[in-house]
Amino acid sequence: MRRRALNRTDRRVNIALRVLCLGAGLLLFVALAAIVEQVIVGAGPAINRFGLGFLTRSSDWNPPAQGATTAESYGAPLYMYGTVVTSLLSLIFSTVLGVSIGLFLAIVAPRRVTLGGRWRVSPAGLIGPLVELLAAMPSVVLGLIGVLVILPFFHSTVDPVIHAVLGWIPIFAKTYTAGNSLFAASAVLTIMIVPIIAALSRDLFSAVPQELRDGAEALGATRWEMIRGVVLPVTRSGVTAACMLGLGRAVGEAIAVEQVVGGQNQGVIHASLFLGGNTLASMIAANDPATPVTKLEGASLYYLALILLVFVVVTILAARWIAGDFKAKFR
Amino acid sequence: MSVETYERFVLNGRRPTTPAEVERQVVFHADRVSVDYGANRALDNVSFDIYRNYATALIGPSGCGKSTFLRCLNRMNDSIDGFKLGGNLTYHGHDLYGAQANRVEVRRRIGMVFQKPNPFPKSIFANVAWAPRNLGMKADLDARVERALRSAALWDEVKDRLGSSALGLSGGQQQRLCIARAIAIEPDVLLLDEPASALDPIATASIEALIHDLKLRYTIVIVTHNMQQAIRVADRTAFFSLDQNRAGTLIEYDSTDKLFSRPADQRTHDYITGQFG
Repeated sequence: MRRRALNRTDRRVNIALRVLCLGAGLLLFVALAAIVEQVIVGAGPAINRFGLGFLTRSSDWNPPAQGATTAESYGAPLYMYGTVVTSLLSLIFSTVLGVSIGLFLAIVAPRRVTLGGRWRVSPAGLIGPLVELLAAMPSVVLGLIGVLVILPFFHSTVDPVIHAVLGWIPIFAKTYTAGNSLFAASAVLTIMIVPIIAALSRDLFSAVPQELRDGAEALGATRWEMIRGVVLPVTRSGVTAACMLGLGRAVGEAIAVEQVVGGQNQGVIHASLFLGGNTLASMIAANDPATPVTKLEGASLYYLALILLVFVVVTILAARWIAGDFKAKFR
Repeated sequence: MSVETYERFVLNGRRPTTPAEVERQVVFHADRVSVDYGANRALDNVSFDIYRNYATALIGPSGCGKSTFLRCLNRMNDSIDGFKLGGNLTYHGHDLYGAQANRVEVRRRIGMVFQKPNPFPKSIFANVAWAPRNLGMKADLDARVERALRSAALWDEVKDRLGSSALGLSGGQQQRLCIARAIAIEPDVLLLDEPASALDPIATASIEALIHDLKLRYTIVIVTHNMQQAIRVADRTAFFSLDQNRAGTLIEYDSTDKLFSRPADQRTHDYITGQFG
């Protein structure tokens, strides 16, 4: 077939499209490179001063009062600990909840429920959009709900009960706060990640071929045995990747955590989940690196950001690697 | 192909004639069974008995409800939206759809092999061992798996690679694996839903040979749209077609020899001689 001659307008549009797409791709690259560059440059003084010791040195964060000349000391362990603990706790909670919601929506929910007379509704059709709605909830709103609802509830009910029953275990030790704690931050993060894991795992479970499910049920498997024996193993790596995406969100979340975590920035790491803590992201959100008390404090905040960046990149890469494994398995 | 040809074909004795009118135990008894999907009637007024240790073929044109009927026998239609069964369907005298009937127990006794091979994405061994493990038959699992694979005429081909993925097997091997998986829990009945329709002629021949062996131990009900296959494997054949309301129904049910050589109904005659469907 002879190639159709392009008229001038076609050629221009083609070129414009190519330039636009290439430009957009390049812009992404430039933006990422600029972020990394800014963070590293910003952290420069702190890296020079503390080196890798920043990751292990005392967690005190003591910018000097105006005019004072005491030696400044900054360190990351408290915040790294807070990030790891809140992320992992929320990951555990939200995996259980999110996968359960996904299973309900994709498999367990009855197709139709008759509500008397001619009203028939599909539970999955009702709840599915709510999951997406929850996923779109701005994090600052979730943080506000954390402050107004979750913290008082934790303070009045959850904390005393857990302390009374499990208080002898260090991680459940007595609380002194108004509810602000690593545990409260994990709860808010859980609300945030659940819809991500629920929506993604629902799609994965729905994609399990009906023949496989029929095959299991035709062998005398109960629904639970079918789920445990076929649906979950087949989707395992996909669900893991979904959880890692949720984890990526939890690791980097700043505002909502900052509102409920307690903002601790002094002293040693304590075991109790029910005491105030802090995370990398919430520490940065609470202390604007653009207007630090001293240059070194600003640089140290950038250093925290660098660590956070590494955390996030590692979780995203892990998610991609696992998801790639998943695709390979399904061919 | 004319009725005469069939007559010659059958009377030449390629099929062993079954012992005349031996009293056979009834496994399934269908009494005016009908199936509705919402407002659509898919199957209407089906009454017949399926006998023990026979291979019974269900044949008929597309959409005549033969697969629907087969899937009623182990309640695989239950999960379909709007499914409703009317009439009476019993298994060894027990009402399959009665309040006492347990769907899981039904399927444990009545195994099924589907049109498209559907091995689990697991190893060959894990596929066969899956249902026994699930049902707590864990004693001597290796021997059980070997027995099932031998019964499905697959053992010699896979005995050296039991640990490798079932998805690496050919289509025919996968289908025999699915049969092995079904008989690993020693069911009473095997339902085969067009088990060879996705396979090449050689794999089809091996599945058919297998059915001849299996019916000594199991009662077999097979849906097929291939009439030659019904003649080759089935002792009795049920011909389904559409009635005047476009719902599937049973037209004729008899020994395979009789149905293909001297059909009683004109519609059966038209179908098996290729004038319809």
